[in-house]
Amino acid sequence: MTATSAPRRAPTNWTAPAMQARVAVRYRRERLFRLAGLGALCLAGLFLAFLLFTIVRTGWSGFRHSEVAVSVVFDAQALGIDPAVARGPGGVEAIRRADFNALMQRSAAAQLGPAADVVSEGAWLDLRAAVLADRGVLGQTRTLWVPVRSNIDLLAKGKFDENEAEVTRGVSNEDIADYHYLEARGLIRTDFNEIFVSAANSTDPELAGIWGAALGSLLTLLVTIGAAFPVGVLAAVWLEEFAGRSRWTDFVEVSISNLAAVPSIIFGLLGLAVFLNFFNMPRSAPIVGGLTLALMTLPVIVITARAAIRAVPGSVRDAALGIGASPFQVVVHHVLPLALPGIMTGTIIGMARALGETAPLLLIGMRAFVADAPKGLTSSATVLPVQIFLWSDDAQRGFVEKTSAAIMVLLVILLLMSSVAIYLRNRFENRA
Amino acid sequence: MTEPCPKLSARNLNVFYGAKQAIKNVSIDISREHVTALIGPSGCGKSTFLRCFNRMNDTIENARVTGEIRLDGRDIHAADMDVVQLRARVGMVFQKPNPFPKSIYENVAYGPRIHGLASGRAEMDRLVEDALRRAGLWDEVRDRLADSGTTLSGGQQQRLCIARAIAVDPEVILMDEPCSALDPVATAKIEELIDDLRGRYAIVIVTHNMQQAARVSQRTAFFHMGAMIEYGETSTLFTNPVQARTKDYITGRYG
Amino acid sequence: MTGLFPILLAVLALALLGYWIGRQRGLAMRRGLTIRIGTVHSLPVYHGLYVALTALLPAVLVLAGWAIVEERLVADRVIAAVPVDFRPVSEIDRGAFMNDVRGLANNALEAAFNPAATAVVPLYRATSEAFDLAAGVVAMTLLAVGGIWAFSRLRPDFRARSHVEKLLRWLLILASTVAILTTFGIVLSLLFESWRFFQIVPAAEFLFGTHWSPQTAIRSDQIGSSGAFGAVPLFWGTIFIGAIIAMIVAVPLGLMAAIYLTQYADARVRRVLKPMLELLAGVPTVVYGFFAALIVAPAVRDFGVWLGISNASGESALAAGLVMGIMIIPFVSSMTDDALMAVPAEMRDGSYAMGATRAETVTRVLVPAALPGITGGVLLAVSRAIGETMIVVMAAGLAAKLTINPFDSVTTVSAQIVALLTGDQEFDSAKTLSAFALGLVLFIITLLLNIYALSVVRNYREAYE
Repeated sequence: MTATSAPRRAPTNWTAPAMQARVAVRYRRERLFRLAGLGALCLAGLFLAFLLFTIVRTGWSGFRHSEVAVSVVFDAQALGIDPAVARGPGGVEAIRRADFNALMQRSAAAQLGPAADVVSEGAWLDLRAAVLADRGVLGQTRTLWVPVRSNIDLLAKGKFDENEAEVTRGVSNEDIADYHYLEARGLIRTDFNEIFVSAANSTDPELAGIWGAALGSLLTLLVTIGAAFPVGVLAAVWLEEFAGRSRWTDFVEVSISNLAAVPSIIFGLLGLAVFLNFFNMPRSAPIVGGLTLALMTLPVIVITARAAIRAVPGSVRDAALGIGASPFQVVVHHVLPLALPGIMTGTIIGMARALGETAPLLLIGMRAFVADAPKGLTSSATVLPVQIFLWSDDAQRGFVEKTSAAIMVLLVILLLMSSVAIYLRNRFENRA
Repeated sequence: MTEPCPKLSARNLNVFYGAKQAIKNVSIDISREHVTALIGPSGCGKSTFLRCFNRMNDTIENARVTGEIRLDGRDIHAADMDVVQLRARVGMVFQKPNPFPKSIYENVAYGPRIHGLASGRAEMDRLVEDALRRAGLWDEVRDRLADSGTTLSGGQQQRLCIARAIAVDPEVILMDEPCSALDPVATAKIEELIDDLRGRYAIVIVTHNMQQAARVSQRTAFFHMGAMIEYGETSTLFTNPVQARTKDYITGRYG
Repeated sequence: MTGLFPILLAVLALALLGYWIGRQRGLAMRRGLTIRIGTVHSLPVYHGLYVALTALLPAVLVLAGWAIVEERLVADRVIAAVPVDFRPVSEIDRGAFMNDVRGLANNALEAAFNPAATAVVPLYRATSEAFDLAAGVVAMTLLAVGGIWAFSRLRPDFRARSHVEKLLRWLLILASTVAILTTFGIVLSLLFESWRFFQIVPAAEFLFGTHWSPQTAIRSDQIGSSGAFGAVPLFWGTIFIGAIIAMIVAVPLGLMAAIYLTQYADARVRRVLKPMLELLAGVPTVVYGFFAALIVAPAVRDFGVWLGISNASGESALAAGLVMGIMIIPFVSSMTDDALMAVPAEMRDGSYAMGATRAETVTRVLVPAALPGITGGVLLAVSRAIGETMIVVMAAGLAAKLTINPFDSVTTVSAQIVALLTGDQEFDSAKTLSAFALGLVLFIITLLLNIYALSVVRNYREAYE
């Protein structure tokens, strides 16, 4: 290398205006880039906030409903109930047979005048409930607040624009007139909607509730956890503590990691083909839904349980083996107790996913219309997310607020579940 | 070197990790009255060799052992030998103190419990106290038996591990560099304890510390690259080694 | 089947008794002995467990097997007794008929939908009872034989613990086999039903046909009528929504979010923003679907109309894709996060040491270095998006169209599966079977995407280790 061939480079002039400008541009780009990052997060956050806001805004009124005051003469004769029988052992049966619907219609017609048809078709249930709760009301007159039809309820909540043309408004002129008639007389009020939290599904929005779906979700999740937790933990124990490396274990591991990535709807097809068509299990039943979700949740539980078991220090195993504990005693006495918080965290996360899952359950018939809370693992049932889907699909306007209200319930349960998971995870991490 | 009635004896023992041979054709007799030290540079296989006596190498996936080891004349690899009972009879203390994350009491009681050595609460209390006393820990922990074993100091933890091993009343105690994680004061206590336990249990101790071997043992075996180079009375081996390699090691030429 | 439950309870109770007896025997062995290691091999607990398990397992296996086949056997007998004219033929009719019979027998139903069901209720009851009784007798015999045999083996030197642990080991293996069985179950059921579908509709027509309208095939004289099962519009819709629109939203936002979180945000900001992303990931898809249908889809339609697009639809690819993209952001972000974290710190330091700004370091050094990892993550996100169901069911519509107009409604594979399989239909019809063929395609594609993406990510990680 010769000194002459390389021209001497002038030292960089960092203070030259051109260079200063260049640095300024670079800093501007830096700020923009940083802002873009923050912007992306803010956008996601705004979307989440907007979503939650929309749900709460449309949903909070679902927890309230409107009632109309009707005073009812509980005439035992007209109801066809013998008061003596009603108090006796067969009383419930007798009361259930009585025609409260007619009584409701008579009472409404007598008192509400032109607005008699605002009363919900299910209002008579309140009358029957009153008698079932206290036989003493037979032969007496009581003023009851009974639910109104959904459109009247929505009018009372201000959900309709009364100035719009009747065709597009969604509610008839008669309904508006009825509502104002009642309102002027102080016969209508809005308070806590006990039907929504205690009833099952109904074709009438004002009579529909989430209790049936919530119970269905609970039963389904019980089956899911009952099947997926033991199987998942046992499989994880086997893979981590007992199985050596072999083709078979490789096969199990590949199966598990692939199952974790299979779309949930495929599990629905599996449930349909295997549980319903091959094993002839009942359609729409929590047991089938639970088992289907269990297969879906299993990989999550196995993967997290394996991680938790792996995190137990080997010195604990050595110590126990060293004084003559058998491999099973090592697992039961030492490894599992130490891994339990981690396993629980994974299980809760898996259960939260299962609770929010809709698609596979649609395929095994859990979208059936279920007007009663499920009585057992084999009776027809639906679950919260499916109920949300069904209501959101319903053309009746009254279901919009029910859908959002049901979403609020679902989100609160999910939030509680993940709080427990996070709490467990933190405690676990702090100890380790 | 053969003892009249060895507690433990190994014959032509080989250990392989996969294709690598960690122990090469080692034969040794270990007496019941003495403390036997295994010394040698790190990686020479002395710990691997120690773990053969209670078959802890079984827990390592690709480890393979050939040759035979006899405990009181019975082959420990025999089909009818229950490895769980073997490990109860041949206790082990590990390099790093590893108490269970349970109470001090539970740490000691665990062994007797899984082996069904106590038939009642009172007997268990007695067993635990006895083991802690013999490990020289009782006076320090008698008021805090319900505390977690992990709250103790390192030296106390190691003595707790010794108490845990003693609690099942083993015949042999294997110690795998029991003091390497401890400070000098704690080390001195453990060495004292080893001296106290001598005679009651056959003790085999692996150490990389030659002074320690000289202090606590009566017999010493020198290992180098998986082979046992020399085995004899500790005093002889340190003052008048037969093999040149032993001499080089104890005089600090390598190690 | 309900009749088996009391039998199962009785079996469990007897097994518990067996445990107690075994344990007592174990305790008796130790009485009066000074216990040292080896005096009695196993603890009393294991003697008890040995007796209980040896008695229980064969009995439970018999009962479980019986529970699986019993319904079918009973149904065959009952249906054979129904007069030919009323006899249900197809699988689904049989199911409905037996539901009636069962409902009547358990007094859960007051009246049957099928009048013929009422007549066979006594037969159903009698057959079920007889079968339950038979199963019970077999189970109890096995229980007794197993229990007594096990008890007779108990001795101080009997290795009860080893035997119990051997059984438990099998239980563990059985548990881990469930994952394999599930995989097989998926593959076999999809393959089998798809094979039946391809008997009716040629595979080539299904894979390459461009006309999808399964509804026309409901009439039996039209099954397989040409062009009704061309799935290309569904494949296109799936790719359009899941792989194109959703990714246009999710990739830049997820990438920038991850960059901000790993490179700029301090611990305090991360503590707030990370849970927010987790929350976004934890919202059930049905909620996103509802939001897409209620808010986003009308807004998109209005926007389309404002742009002057005449056929802007109330259910659109854009609405579903947008919301799905938002849903996928946390996923892309966490995959990118991992990929960026795997880049050695020396690379970043090297760039900073030359006076590069953070933005320059990220765009010129970190992202190029992490690109394979990020790509793998995006592929995983795509596989997740194309399998997603509820958002498209609720917001994208069911019209199978080959269109690149994002304001138009399209449909996807998963949405069609739901549409085809909900509602009452013949299970053997081409329409239902086509859902399984769609499922098979979806399964294969997501599987391949996953295997490929995971191998990309793994190679990337190993490159920096």
